[in-house]
Amino acid sequence: MAGPRRRHRAGSVYPHWFYLPAAVVYGTLFLVPTFASFYFSLTRWTLFDHEFIGLENFVVFFQEPALVKGLTNTLVYAVVTSGLKVVLALPLAVLLTSDIVGRAYLRSVVFFPVLVSTIGVGITFTVLMQPNGGLINDALAVLGVRGPAWLTDPSSALLSVALVDVWKGVGLATLIYIAGIVSIPSEYFEAARVDGAGRFTTFRHILLPLCRPATVTVVILSLIGGLRSFDLIWTMTRGGPGFTSDVIASVIYKQYQAGFFGLSTAGNVVLFLVVTVIVLPLSWALGRKRVEL
Amino acid sequence: MKPPHRSRWTGLAAVLVAALALASCSPGDLGSSDGDKVSLTFLVDNSDASVRPAEGLAKAFTEKNPDVEVKVEVRPQGGEGDNVVKTRLSTGDMTDVFLYNSGSLLQALKPAETLVSLKGEGFLGNIQDTFFPTVSAGDEVYGVPIGGAMGGGVLYNRAVYDRLGLQVPKTWAEFMANNAKIKAAGVAPVIQTYQDTWTSQIFVLADFHNVAAAEPRFAEDYTANKTSYARSPAALKGFQRLQEVHDAGYLTADFASTKYEGGLRQLAAGEGAHFPILTFVVGTLVANHSDQADDVGFFALPGDDAAKNGLTVWTPAGIYIPKTTEGAKLKAAKEFLAFIASSEGCEAQTKAYAPTGPYVVKDCPLPDDLPRAVRDMLPYFDAAGRTTPALEFVSPIKGPALEQITVEVGSGIRSAADGAALYDRDVEKQAKQLGIPGW
Repeated sequence: MAGPRRRHRAGSVYPHWFYLPAAVVYGTLFLVPTFASFYFSLTRWTLFDHEFIGLENFVVFFQEPALVKGLTNTLVYAVVTSGLKVVLALPLAVLLTSDIVGRAYLRSVVFFPVLVSTIGVGITFTVLMQPNGGLINDALAVLGVRGPAWLTDPSSALLSVALVDVWKGVGLATLIYIAGIVSIPSEYFEAARVDGAGRFTTFRHILLPLCRPATVTVVILSLIGGLRSFDLIWTMTRGGPGFTSDVIASVIYKQYQAGFFGLSTAGNVVLFLVVTVIVLPLSWALGRKRVEL
Repeated sequence: MKPPHRSRWTGLAAVLVAALALASCSPGDLGSSDGDKVSLTFLVDNSDASVRPAEGLAKAFTEKNPDVEVKVEVRPQGGEGDNVVKTRLSTGDMTDVFLYNSGSLLQALKPAETLVSLKGEGFLGNIQDTFFPTVSAGDEVYGVPIGGAMGGGVLYNRAVYDRLGLQVPKTWAEFMANNAKIKAAGVAPVIQTYQDTWTSQIFVLADFHNVAAAEPRFAEDYTANKTSYARSPAALKGFQRLQEVHDAGYLTADFASTKYEGGLRQLAAGEGAHFPILTFVVGTLVANHSDQADDVGFFALPGDDAAKNGLTVWTPAGIYIPKTTEGAKLKAAKEFLAFIASSEGCEAQTKAYAPTGPYVVKDCPLPDDLPRAVRDMLPYFDAAGRTTPALEFVSPIKGPALEQITVEVGSGIRSAADGAALYDRDVEKQAKQLGIPGW
């Protein structure tokens, strides 16, 4: 008792109970559910009652055949979307920072998909990607190309959703790159031009290294976004055909939908741990970077 | 030491009181009953086949009992709808009356804890005995039927059959022989619609009459974990046949991207000859393709033995009262259930939506102008031993992932044996969740 009181006198001008309202809200809405979910993940829970079964839910969850598929799919999805966003956003940003006609308009066009609701995008693209009579395949047919069965072919379903994710997210990545490029002092470019550097050399040796912070941000943001992706996949394929485009989140959701509340809670605990394992070192590394820069 | 201490506790007390005050305003308080008028809310799923009869019943009941008003409220279908029902029941927030599946899904609601038992109510006498096992738990009865029984089998295009001179098949071999001729004539033999994943299960679920014909004890043994889809040769056939029609190239070209309405269009237009499905879709068929509705007939999914040919039947859904309905509302709710389980109730339903099969309420004749496919189904009910309730009505266990597994088997992603083994594990999860002895 004495410790905090002394600190209170020394540091803060407010009494400690000023913290209470925030503590109550945080406690009831975040801490209690979090710890309750640790407990319920160890039970067979029907909403009406629950029975303690130890670690069985975790055993069942890790034996779930869709889980292995879901884990690999999650990784593939995260890597593909974040890689493509970097590859597409950088040239777009270079284009949109150069002197072109209608630059402001083009910037807003690129950013527009970010503003549209994910569910709306998902439903729209599901219609566009219909194998027969969908606009995309009809357009390809005019060019004499027979389009794939985007969402219903097990080998292309996940990648098709990833492409739509890239279409929707590339605007944000471009925006980050534009900010990164604009913040590079123009002296560097002028000095390079005086030294006789061409456009490509300038890009390779000035622009690319100096917008590294932007690249890091884009990679991290889209990687995390890819790892927790759910809404777009659920709207477009529901993890199908069969289990072929399931990701971790959709596997967990299906357990919940089936009424396996204990099992799906166990899945969420696993997801929590996985995200922690990935994000903690990342944020630590990023924090260190910031100090170095 | 004292003054700050006291103020700390005062703050905590103030917050707690505020939280309690907030918690006591639950949505349950918003129920209304002004004067003598009682108002009942009635939760149904949002499919045409549920909403239209429910609204017909509500209207007819209020006409008969002007002091009771019934308001129909809708919820999503499928897994999402299940969760709405479970969550509302467990939080005491359920409507006064609600529609839900009979059979295995009902058991997951823990009826003994959440529903009002109807045992001893006079109106149960109007209901056929075959319905009771599907809405009971222990000795208690919890629901009355809405809608007619459904058949699971094959809708077929009679014009295609006439043109090619085909006979309705009584065995699987005959069915496959027909398929070969249909394919040779340039028509897709089997329509599948995997955008509605539930439709992929028919080859497995509607085969249950044939499974039970070969292994009469299958349902009991399955519930007791003594047999399973992978272990029983008869049950495995459903999965194998699903794979067989895919491997033979008999499916419609766009089976993976079609919804069942699209499948009905293909069937009506004669682009496909067979559509394995539940007969409740006949209402949609008649509504969307009234000109061709008479071209579409129905037969049971054929098995190995022509002598044992018969139909797998889905019993109607039930109407239940949650324990949270009390007092005047409970009395009105029971009157409403009595009305549903009467010939007047059937009449109101028939007027609102074309019946999909025979009612299980006594003295409920079907109209004469039934769609052809429903008429084809009736003879199975007339002969003894030619109908079997689907497995989900005789066993409490149905694995929730079956539709994804059958999509994989039916699309050639997974083999039949592998799919059946995977389904066994799904069934095991569900059995453990329900706490069934032997698992």
